[in-house]
Amino acid sequence: MTVAQQPEALNFECETGNYHTFCPISCVAWLYQKIEDSFFLVIGTKTCGYFLQNAMGVMIFAEPRYAMAELEEGDISAQLNDYEELKRLCDQIKRDRNPSVIVWIGTCTTEIIKMDLEGLAPKLESEIGIPIVVARANGLDYAFTQGEDTVLAAMANRCPSQAPTTENEKNERNAIQKLLNFGKKKEDVVQEESEYVDHPPLVLFGSLPDPVVTQLTLELKKQGIKVSGWLPAKRFTELPVLEEGYYVAGVNPFLSRTATTLMRRRKCKLIGAPFPIGPDGTRAWIEKICSVFGITPKGLDEREAQIWAGVEDYVKLIRGKSVFFMGDNLLEVSLARFLVRCGMTVQEVGIPYMDKRYQAAELAFLEKACQEMGVPLPKIVEKPDNYNQVQRIYDLKPDLVITGMAHANPLEARGINTKWSVEFTFAQIHGFGNARDILELVTRPLRRNNNLKDLGWDKLVREEAKI
Amino acid sequence: MKLAYWMYAGPAHIGTLRIASSFKNVHAIMHAPIGDDYFNVMRSMLSRERNFTPVTTSVVDRNVLARGSQEKVVDNITRKDAEEHPDLIVLTPTCTSSILQEDLHNFVERARIEAKGDVLLADVNHYRANELQAADRTLHQIVQYYIEKARKKGELPTTKTEKPSVNIIGMSTLGFHNNHDCTELKKLMGDLGIEVNSVIPEGASVHELKNLPKAWFNLVPYRELGLMTTDYLKAEFGTPCIDITPMGVVETARCIRKIQQVINEQGANVNYEEYINEQTLHVSQAAWFSRSIDCQNLTGKKAVVFGDNTHAAALTKILSREMGIHVVWAGTYCKYDADWFREQVSEYCDEVLITDDHGAIGDAIARVEPSAIFGTQMERHVGKRLDIPCGVIAAPIHVQNFPIGYKPFLGYEGTNQITDLIYNSFTLGMEDHLLEIFGGHDTKEVITKGISAESDLSWTKDGLAELNKIPGFVRGKVKRNTEKFARDRGFKDINAEVLYAAKEAVGA
Repeated sequence: MTVAQQPEALNFECETGNYHTFCPISCVAWLYQKIEDSFFLVIGTKTCGYFLQNAMGVMIFAEPRYAMAELEEGDISAQLNDYEELKRLCDQIKRDRNPSVIVWIGTCTTEIIKMDLEGLAPKLESEIGIPIVVARANGLDYAFTQGEDTVLAAMANRCPSQAPTTENEKNERNAIQKLLNFGKKKEDVVQEESEYVDHPPLVLFGSLPDPVVTQLTLELKKQGIKVSGWLPAKRFTELPVLEEGYYVAGVNPFLSRTATTLMRRRKCKLIGAPFPIGPDGTRAWIEKICSVFGITPKGLDEREAQIWAGVEDYVKLIRGKSVFFMGDNLLEVSLARFLVRCGMTVQEVGIPYMDKRYQAAELAFLEKACQEMGVPLPKIVEKPDNYNQVQRIYDLKPDLVITGMAHANPLEARGINTKWSVEFTFAQIHGFGNARDILELVTRPLRRNNNLKDLGWDKLVREEAKI
Repeated sequence: MKLAYWMYAGPAHIGTLRIASSFKNVHAIMHAPIGDDYFNVMRSMLSRERNFTPVTTSVVDRNVLARGSQEKVVDNITRKDAEEHPDLIVLTPTCTSSILQEDLHNFVERARIEAKGDVLLADVNHYRANELQAADRTLHQIVQYYIEKARKKGELPTTKTEKPSVNIIGMSTLGFHNNHDCTELKKLMGDLGIEVNSVIPEGASVHELKNLPKAWFNLVPYRELGLMTTDYLKAEFGTPCIDITPMGVVETARCIRKIQQVINEQGANVNYEEYINEQTLHVSQAAWFSRSIDCQNLTGKKAVVFGDNTHAAALTKILSREMGIHVVWAGTYCKYDADWFREQVSEYCDEVLITDDHGAIGDAIARVEPSAIFGTQMERHVGKRLDIPCGVIAAPIHVQNFPIGYKPFLGYEGTNQITDLIYNSFTLGMEDHLLEIFGGHDTKEVITKGISAESDLSWTKDGLAELNKIPGFVRGKVKRNTEKFARDRGFKDINAEVLYAAKEAVGA
């Protein structure tokens, strides 16, 4: 048995960090919708506001539960009192919207002028009687989805630290459990409890659309694993209990600060697993959780095979093709691993930030996937340089480039297929049931090409315009 | 601090970037944190640009906070200079660099030594100027730089062109319908026998800026962009500036007459009266439209107008002066130039509204209950909520406001486009209104019989007469609703009484 000559391990590089991505404050767009009783106040400048206004598109018109606290010259030069100004705005928010929590999003500007948001929040909180959570989701330190990480890390400190004493009350606290038990008699609920294996409490972290939360929760239930809570829950008032010794598992690759906080501050035990993206990832995620609890997983073989069979029509389209990730949302490693399993060759995985500890299991899984599928290991480029990447794209001629919107149209005009990366952040991509959605996105440019292939309209820029 | 959900004009650096990326072979480098290059997304998506947007970031991160940008900005400038050989690199400050107060001037000086192209620092203050003001200023700055450069080298042309010629100043990327307006203006100049000396900044090369003084006059179609430049050119070279926006029939004529006067003063001998007459009466359909029955029905209808100075003022005049529509209030978000707006529209509307608070505008719309709104995308959404149609006439705009088809707002074709926009807004509104009166779009139960003559119901003479009074485009709907009403109640014959009972039943 001979193995083709391949590099032994993944090759990590780091470039200049001159790449395009969304500002991390964009996390308010999905978090305000997820946490229904929240209000997000972004303390920043017109630049921040302009970004949100344009990035969120039509959502902006739906009376969103977010606003800018727009800093003016007087705020920058400290002619105005930060505390008084914030109090005035938060009073107004309380009066108009009456939220259960106000999340302050610190920005580049509050960092530079060193506005002590963490210090002001507890004082103002006690004065107005609404919890104020501070997250510094700024472009100096973070990229795009890492914004959610900073918010969830701050929320982790707000989770109740002790389960209510009686068993009944505990059931009441749990939102999903309540949802699942809805309309059932108490005896049925007790009976259902016995469907679970006896294991230490497990809390999952990462914001996902509610249908996906239900799907993953039920997926674990099939293995007898009970999900005691999610960070975040549907409402701030329903944040899960976190006691010392609880187990936690992440569902998204960009949640390293949250994981660190849960381990160090809340003394939880982190289950390091690949992320439940793609049927292979979902299976590995479940298996890892099972193994930690000493459970033998059942039925996963058939489940995974069934999903793969179901998406074969899509996989056929991309098998043997190459893909290049320019990198902007930290989902890249998981998606690359899944696409390798689909038979693609990954040429480059650009990624804003690589936490090798938090993503360890996912990285190992990517290596394994490449070896098993007999494709070369991709180069992982942290803090990529978009200009250099575009030169590499011209050289490598990938069949598909996964990239931000700033580059998508110019690449398409040069005959290079692209998929806009932000869609992966907003589409439902987790669990067995959503594998098809990922492939729907990945194959869309290729299907479009099949439709237009005979028209000869591939390159739509004049030769001299090659920049 | 100000609580804000929505802003009409963007931050200053957007204005600078719009100017820089409008020019050919000019690159902008933003001194900004990660994520502030959202401009590239907007340009790539909204105007569906095929080329990479020539904007990169010299990233401000923690290291920069700790030790300053040091070599970083200079390195980024020289690197971009070597990679893409731009004629000019514009270093663009943002809100972040405004407070860091680094000596960007010094960086530019240092980069100039190494770079083959020119390097400029955009002279804009984030906290003092908005997108529009910054764009105006940056254009002026670039023009001035290249005029002075040419003067030093003795390359400045001293004579005017032989034939009358014009610089069209203010066409820019991401501007509302700018590319179509530009085509229309060039066509208009062609009709008038005027050479287009230069169009800036869109599509221009910085090398042609030294030729600006050759033009007989400058035309600034938009109030927001170009006046600083034309003031400068006037002071330096005495080039007259025409700042009448040729939007609407009357204003287009006024603009052309002004052109006639300005070039005749310089020795041309032209008379455009016949051209204006021919265009007004026979080419543009707008004047005929004002006379037609359609427009008569709009007489006295209430409208409100909101947008930037140029478009809101022009639309107000068109609605009021050319169509007899009652503009209850007209407003602008260009607070810094409010006096001009007031002076332009005061006699054409009841009230002038100067604000950039979208909440106040929403309230003002709700209070007035106009038949149609002409505003930005924000007003369109207010209209949706209040069930009032809205025609979008100014930025901020979405991708649907970058049409592929030819849709200028300026010149004679522009008058046709605006007429369609206005008329479609109002008819839609009236149709909606009538539908509501007569029962709405949804007939909840399936009507067993069609609307044909085989109906089991018969219409009496007076019933039919009443039916025929209903405007054609909703008559079918009204007929079906009335028949459904009659069937439900077991009426065999439908007369005028039944028809109005049906109408009342729907209202109840």
